Amino acid sequence: MDKDAIISVRNLTAGYGSHRVLSDLSIDFTKGRITTIVGGSGCGKSTLLKCIVGLLAPWSGEVTINNQILADLDEYELAQALSRVGMLFQQGAMLNSITVAENIALPLTVHTNLSRDVIDKIVQLKLDLVGLGHTGKMLPSELSGGMRKRAALARAMALDPEVLLCDEPSAGLDPQTAADLDALILNLKNTFKMTVIVVTHELASIDAIADDVVFLGHGGILHYSGTLEGAKASSNQAVANFFARRLPGMPAGAKSLLDVLQEGG
Amino acid sequence: MDKDTAIVIEGDVDRASVPGMHARINTQLIAAKGSEFTLDLTKVTSMDSAGAAFCLVLGNQIVADGGSLKLVGVSQAAKEALLVFRIGLGDRGALLKGPSGFEKLGEQMLKLWEGTVQLLALFVDTVHFTVVGIFKPRQRVKASAIVEQMVRIGSESLGIIALVSLLVGLVVALQSAAQLRQFGANIFIADLVGIAMTAEMGPLMTAILLAGRIGSATAAEIATMTITEEVDALKTMGIHPIRYLVAPRFLAITITQPLLTVVADLLGIMGGFVIAITYLDLSASVFMNELIGALRVKDLLTGLIKSVSFGWIIVFVGAHRGFQVKGGAEGVGIATTSSVVQAIFLVIAADAFFSLLFYF
Repeated sequence: MDKDAIISVRNLTAGYGSHRVLSDLSIDFTKGRITTIVGGSGCGKSTLLKCIVGLLAPWSGEVTINNQILADLDEYELAQALSRVGMLFQQGAMLNSITVAENIALPLTVHTNLSRDVIDKIVQLKLDLVGLGHTGKMLPSELSGGMRKRAALARAMALDPEVLLCDEPSAGLDPQTAADLDALILNLKNTFKMTVIVVTHELASIDAIADDVVFLGHGGILHYSGTLEGAKASSNQAVANFFARRLPGMPAGAKSLLDVLQEGG
Repeated sequence: MDKDTAIVIEGDVDRASVPGMHARINTQLIAAKGSEFTLDLTKVTSMDSAGAAFCLVLGNQIVADGGSLKLVGVSQAAKEALLVFRIGLGDRGALLKGPSGFEKLGEQMLKLWEGTVQLLALFVDTVHFTVVGIFKPRQRVKASAIVEQMVRIGSESLGIIALVSLLVGLVVALQSAAQLRQFGANIFIADLVGIAMTAEMGPLMTAILLAGRIGSATAAEIATMTITEEVDALKTMGIHPIRYLVAPRFLAITITQPLLTVVADLLGIMGGFVIAITYLDLSASVFMNELIGALRVKDLLTGLIKSVSFGWIIVFVGAHRGFQVKGGAEGVGIATTSSVVQAIFLVIAADAFFSLLFYF
């Protein structure tokens, strides 16, 4: 294990029902770096994030956060460990029945003994940080898609986590809003020395924020490099095809209908 | 070339023309079953997915009948369409073959068993969080959340429960009054309405109304939160969804449901009282004296015990259905509907059980 790793994944195998998604995957996430996880749809990017935050129990293998094996923690210890990890969901996942400010205050009221005044000030600071200082009393449904993601980022930042996980932060956003969000993530990492793990498909985002690029495929890591350029130059055909936006060849075992008919039906 | 075994397809082969072609060629296939067929697509001018699938079906049918098919010509349009579509990307057999009736039955039994275990686990977890909260202030269920739920369950349901109970009392009394009058037993209307409302109708009507109002709301809210990843977001914040979403409802309904039942009992008896003095010409004092004499503490307590257990059924079934939701908006609808149906069924089943238990 990398001694600077804050999150370590060892021999992780995970999936849904009988469908295996990740197979014997091992990876370390280094403190203070932004790692982007890239790969085709269904390759296990979000599954990996879910295993890291304990939303999905691994079939085998283990996830370690700050040298604590998640599976060995009791309920209270797990809650404490997760309070040091912030998660930004793809759609924001703000609690729609309470205001934006109450959303951000929620982890603070659960995990700290801070007075209401202090919590309110923290909430305002976080909202200002993401440029949404005026939205505290609004309901999440009253925000635009980009604003909702920034509000969700403020909530993920509420407890000043050491690790921030982002599941496709730029998905569905216009290029300007996506660039703003990237700049914000980069700013958070530089200012608070946070470790950030970002699942994304956006090449522009990867280019803008990534310290490390991990390409997932076939249940494991197909490529690991320091830069987008390194990933683009990968000797792995699937990785090269992905970054060059080339169509993959016919999958193994697949035939066109013309082949089938020419072979006699 | 034998025209009986030569299949020629011409023109536009699309979802409009395929049914006619299929019927025509089927006759040809049956007549020359097991032969070596040829397929000529040289005069095809366009082909959509229905046309491509039709060609595949022809090939499969001929091979299944013990024959063979040889492609003798293909136009550019047909070639392009047949090259676009691919097969062999998954296990076709598994996709086509559904589970047998026996397998479906087994699946349903397994689901029933899993559902029961999950419902019990939900109950244990909720009680755990409620009890733990007493000893660990940081994990205490928030009082404001309990009060909010009590307002929803209690205040907002009070009007409809009062009205329905009054009407039930009126109807029960009115239906019985004619019979009692024939035997000169008018006075027993007080006994009948009093015992019926406190032991049975009050708790049951309250529970059925709350199953519709609170059970459905609980299921819909939790199901929507599950689908929009709000429940996952709670978990990643280190907040157990059962502590945040179920425990406040559990505590609120435990307090509120018996209170609502008492209101239902009183309003039901009032309905009987109205019939007694207007239709049976009983005086208020005679009715009240008879009622007080007829009501037993056991009946009152039985009704209240029932009401608490009915409330728990409503909350746990709603929450369970909400957490188990699959799919999108349709899933939320199914979870909501099934929570109401299941809660009403379980409430009536529990009522039957309690009636037997407290009968003697």
